[in-house]
Amino acid sequence: MSDSLKFAYYPGCSGTGTSMEYDMSTRAVCRELGITLTDIPDWSCCGSTPAHTVDHTLSCALSARNLQLVENMKMDTAITPCPSCLTNLKTAERRMKDDDMRDKANKLLDNPYKGGVTTKSVLQILVEDLGLDALKNKTVRPLKGLKVAAYYGCIMNRPPEVMNFDDPEHPMAMDNIMTALGATVLPFPLKVECCGASFGIPRKDVVMNLSGKLLDAADDLGVDALVTACPLCQMNLDLRQSQINSATDAKHNIPIFYYTQLMGLALGMNEKELGMNKLCVSPRKAINAIGSENK
Amino acid sequence: MGIVNITKSYDADFVRQVEEESGQDLALCYQCGNCTAGCPYTFAYDYPVSKIMRLAQAGQKETVLKSKSLWLCATCESCTTRCPNNIDVAHIMDVLRHMARREGYAPVPTVKKFWDSFLDSVENNGRVFEVGLLAAYIAKTGRFWTDLDLGPKILPTGKMHFKPHQIQGKEEIAKIFKRYKEGSRK
Repeated sequence: MSDSLKFAYYPGCSGTGTSMEYDMSTRAVCRELGITLTDIPDWSCCGSTPAHTVDHTLSCALSARNLQLVENMKMDTAITPCPSCLTNLKTAERRMKDDDMRDKANKLLDNPYKGGVTTKSVLQILVEDLGLDALKNKTVRPLKGLKVAAYYGCIMNRPPEVMNFDDPEHPMAMDNIMTALGATVLPFPLKVECCGASFGIPRKDVVMNLSGKLLDAADDLGVDALVTACPLCQMNLDLRQSQINSATDAKHNIPIFYYTQLMGLALGMNEKELGMNKLCVSPRKAINAIGSENK
Repeated sequence: MGIVNITKSYDADFVRQVEEESGQDLALCYQCGNCTAGCPYTFAYDYPVSKIMRLAQAGQKETVLKSKSLWLCATCESCTTRCPNNIDVAHIMDVLRHMARREGYAPVPTVKKFWDSFLDSVENNGRVFEVGLLAAYIAKTGRFWTDLDLGPKILPTGKMHFKPHQIQGKEEIAKIFKRYKEGSRK
């Protein structure tokens, strides 16, 4: 089985910086599960939101350079943990099938992209290619006693015609992974609402409002932690949680894990390897809750 | 949004241009309001997204292109996902932003400066250099106090790097931007 689980890997710019623990835990978990990741050599930025707000051909070219590098690797599937990179790569993958757009975007590139690379999220291949049973079999430290809610953010599954994975209004991939690992998963009503995205810097008020609502909902549910799959969501909820508390007169103290970090714990890895020390809101209480049901 | 006299201010070229650049049929919008109901940003917008759609249908070029909403849309795709007529509304918002940029409108300057700083960072390094991006943004806006309180939280995690990651294809990326800029000047 593990022979087929080989993918070109696109870490994304934040994976080398502010979401380092996502990248670390993704690599660690994949290694443990027999999924081989080969980094796309010399990958570059997909342009993220700023590029597509300026021009679609520019945005397409920035992503297509990376798809072309995957072609060079003689591989057909690239995976990335970051939903923003994913949406850009997938949109480019789709737009580059149009002759006119492919011509225009390839004119901006040194090496033209022929087409034919598929992009998926790490989350998608864990659920679809590896499967929950394989995950259960590898679990050595079930997350029993830990109450979590899964927050997907806005673009992991939307729009459905482009993303082609899970349900755009009610995704369950992370919920199912957490359940398979033994955690108690509470249904999170705001699972696909936007956190305020990259407006943290230019319009902090917007993020305070939107991320504040997410934290309020999480507290109302009484969860020990939120589980995320997006570097920007995680950063807004974790790094900015103290700002949100001051701005909205709240007292949230909710650890915000990447789902891969909790997967790693269940697979028996150590906290350092999973970058637990890189979270701003201390995960200690949540981690200590694991196993409490058994005592 | 006040009274709009469309017999005087209807701009047919604008409607045609939006449709051409977005590949969407504006006439399909029957103002059900589903996009606005799901849009998380309405509280910060000057015109809710369904009104932007209506104004675009009515050829109100200046009102649309001057709107703050275009710059506060995060492309969360809830409008596109929920449109009962399968209009790619987020795509139209993107195209309107392109047009607003070309016409020199930037009614939310901090957002434009942030996005520009981001792309400058990609153009110069091939990848985003987060600390550099922040420094460039602060230099452009003078908002040096904006996230000062976060320093003590993030610095001990060792996640912020003070030098950009150099990629071999840096020049290739710079050339993508160069060719794009040359092409758009023609």
